Amino acid sequence: MDIGSLTVRAAIDGLRKRQFSSVELTRAVLDAIMARDGVIGAYLWVDEADALKQAAAADAARAGGSDGLLLGVPLAIKDILNVEGQPCTCASKILAGYRAPYDATVIARLREAGAVFAGRTNLDEFAMGSTTENSAIQLTRNPAAPDRVPGGSSGGSAAAVAGGMALAALGTDTGGSIRQPASNCGCVGLKPSYGRVSRYGLVAFASSLDQIGPMTRTVEDASLLLGVMGGRDPRDATTLDRAVPDYAAALGGDLTGLRLGLPKEYFVTGLDPEVARLVQDAVEACRRCGAEIVEVSLPHTEYAVATYYILASAEASTNLARFDGVRYGRRSAVPADTPLDMYLNTRAEGFGREVKRRIILGTYVLSSGYYDAYYTHAQRVRTLIRRDFDEAFKRCDALLTPVSPDPAYLIGATAEDPLKAYLIDIFTVTANLAGICGIAVPCGTTRAGLPVGLQVLAPAFEEGTLLRIGHAYEQAREARP
Amino acid sequence: MKQTYRVSIGLEVHIQLKTQTKLFCGCATSFGAPPNSCVCPVCLGYPGAMPVMNREAVRLTLVSGLMLGCSINTTSTFDRKSYFYPDMPKNYQITQYDKPLCLDGTIDIPLTDGGRKPIRLIRIHLEEDVAKSMHEAGWSGVDFNRAGTPLMEIVTHPDLSSADEAAAFLTALRQILLYVGVSACNLEEGNMRCDVNVSLRPPGQDTLGTKVELKNMNTISGTHDALQYEIERQSAVLDAGGRIVQETRRWDVDNGVTIHMRSKEDAHDYRYFAEPDLLPIVTPPDQIDAWRRSLPELPAVRRERLARQYDIPDYDAAVLAADRALADFFEAVAQRCGTGKTASNWIMTDVLRLVTAHETPVTACALTPDALGELIGLVEAQTINALTAKELLEEVFLSGGSPAEQVRSRGLAQVSDSGALDGWIDAVMQAHPKSVADWKAGKQAAAGFLIGQVMKASQGKADPKRVGRLLGERLAQQNG
Ligand SMILES: [Zn+2]
Repeated sequence: MDIGSLTVRAAIDGLRKRQFSSVELTRAVLDAIMARDGVIGAYLWVDEADALKQAAAADAARAGGSDGLLLGVPLAIKDILNVEGQPCTCASKILAGYRAPYDATVIARLREAGAVFAGRTNLDEFAMGSTTENSAIQLTRNPAAPDRVPGGSSGGSAAAVAGGMALAALGTDTGGSIRQPASNCGCVGLKPSYGRVSRYGLVAFASSLDQIGPMTRTVEDASLLLGVMGGRDPRDATTLDRAVPDYAAALGGDLTGLRLGLPKEYFVTGLDPEVARLVQDAVEACRRCGAEIVEVSLPHTEYAVATYYILASAEASTNLARFDGVRYGRRSAVPADTPLDMYLNTRAEGFGREVKRRIILGTYVLSSGYYDAYYTHAQRVRTLIRRDFDEAFKRCDALLTPVSPDPAYLIGATAEDPLKAYLIDIFTVTANLAGICGIAVPCGTTRAGLPVGLQVLAPAFEEGTLLRIGHAYEQAREARP
Repeated sequence: MKQTYRVSIGLEVHIQLKTQTKLFCGCATSFGAPPNSCVCPVCLGYPGAMPVMNREAVRLTLVSGLMLGCSINTTSTFDRKSYFYPDMPKNYQITQYDKPLCLDGTIDIPLTDGGRKPIRLIRIHLEEDVAKSMHEAGWSGVDFNRAGTPLMEIVTHPDLSSADEAAAFLTALRQILLYVGVSACNLEEGNMRCDVNVSLRPPGQDTLGTKVELKNMNTISGTHDALQYEIERQSAVLDAGGRIVQETRRWDVDNGVTIHMRSKEDAHDYRYFAEPDLLPIVTPPDQIDAWRRSLPELPAVRRERLARQYDIPDYDAAVLAADRALADFFEAVAQRCGTGKTASNWIMTDVLRLVTAHETPVTACALTPDALGELIGLVEAQTINALTAKELLEEVFLSGGSPAEQVRSRGLAQVSDSGALDGWIDAVMQAHPKSVADWKAGKQAAAGFLIGQVMKASQGKADPKRVGRLLGERLAQQNG
């Protein structure tokens, strides 16, 4: 068993055929983490005994006749999703010592299907960032180029999958945080439509934008995980009551009959020439698979990043207000005379710079006197961006775009320039603003060996189309040397 | 120089809704449970937890709005109100800002001169309650049991012009809400609390004066007393040529004064914005119509109807209509015995006395309207006398059963046949010659004594009127 290239599908088959046990599989994952993660730093927390105990329980269940789809498959979980009994730090000092008292709904569903939760992966603190350099706990390196960042904010999950230390992982995507690191590290990253997957148990960054999604080696694996995770959750009022199709079963076939749009605003200045070339090659591959390629326009794209930072920061400023040292996590040891002093000390010590920056920004845009100028305005632009997509999707079934304007940056390259860092998500934030689904699929590497991803965007709840396109492209790419 | 000012008072009343569970989670809304025993990740604001709307709380708020003549927002939204406080699990409160469930509406309050005054409502919205801090020597704790309890907030225009009117408003509101069953309105349990805005201005001034807010009043009498104090305090300041400063004060019940809490400068910027975790509440018009059709009569309307339909005094009608269960009970008894006046007399005196004595409301006692109607019928037919009836009423009130059945099985029917009565009268007259002599001498008290003795001899079964008449006849005979 080669953990470095084992897919979830192959693991499921191997476990079912008793080619290996879950304990053996999990042991192999843990060994890979032991061997490689000292350099990469993808994981924040691994409890070998606990993981092996879960694996042994899965083996016992299988011996007893159980056969959940993911029975015994070990997964890595971004350290922002609650798994009962495990730490959930959000890569922040403010949640030091906190252990989740309950399972997120996606975790409960994966657990029901038999998954083993092997470890917690690194991220930008509270998912705020595009390089994982904003983790308050550790640095994660890109497995393809250890002097470079893995992307963010789900950089730990991307590095774990791409670095051969996990078969699959869960990430979260608020403005591109699944797709962008997947692209940077060379794995598949799926952001489902808003309302497709329950957010209950995901520590909220921006509630109207956040989604949980799989990060995998193949599009088929992403289909398998989405099939288990998706669907309405009575605990999350924003999930929709739409049937969850068998995504994996619907894969296969070419792209005949599909019309794919190239938004002209996504192929302009600032795009790295090598990224442009690799994405163009991918578009050609899709054409060879039978797709018709058309040019479309998303005219409000240029306002997307500003809109995103206003709305996301506004929501974040209130979502993060609960971290005050009263009930859980870290409380400042500095003696305080009033509750306010205790809050101020706790939050000053507990939050990192980027988180503070966004809390201040969010507080500002919501404050009286500025609300209409920023927040209301941003909501209107968001509506325009949604309409852009509605219009584009009248002309095509899905869109093809780059994921990111550049391949992975050198560590430290964006650290002192927050505005530059904010532009990294320029091609991904629109999907979150519009609530549509998107996937990043590897489309080759630069001459320097840096992975680049192709982004496919499809209308809300059209994950089936998205996965079909991603899968067909993936097959076509692999067929060519 | 002392002068009279015009007083404008507006209220923001918080009513705890009668739901089994909290507003956004499945935790029980139990009063008096051990601290932090009714909590979960949602009401504790734990990382990742999300609210889910309790539809029953929405229904109760909308039904209240319909009862108070509000217009209903068929699409209503929730907002986050941000401020930091140890009692606030998320440091924002989920409430309603610009699209509350109900708008406008009125409550008529009775005035001391017998007239009535409509008080206009601005809005009714739904929000979650906060937790409760507990301060002991050397430590403080927070009990989150109350956090997330559904509160309905009713906001009035500043239409009230005295402490008495404010008290009358709260009383009327409480009565209506009890009527429609949306809240227990139990003041001791904090089911009903209010914030009060009060401002004074000289007669002739159009604009309202500077307002002072009184926070967290939790009794009607406390609200009245605090307002009375505050009106006098502000009058004195104005009389002395001073200015009222905009501030928030609290009522110190022990010393009977209001105390400064914070000034306008400390006011929060709540940074309201739409709660992204909840969808808008959409209520179809036919649902609203269905609720409207099933509303009970307003207490004030019922009071007038009872007085008219049953020809009972206004005072009786007011007492009966004040409590929906009591009014229902009265109407059922009146139907059963065919006379509203007699039914009212019995309920107003004997039944309410038992209710008080046994601390048992009519809804919880064993007396059914049928049983009381039957009892009244037995008295009207002179089958039993009033004394027996009262004794029987208490028994049936406590233990239930049919009065007619009791009279039959225990032989309680009143004795009016002359033979039996004559025997008792003879015996009593022989045993008490002095009273007979006094009576002949014209002392009325002696007559009462002798009747009482006959009643005693008959174990209460004698018809006292008939005994009186027979005794009178005897006297006439003896004198004759
Ligand atoms: Zn709860």
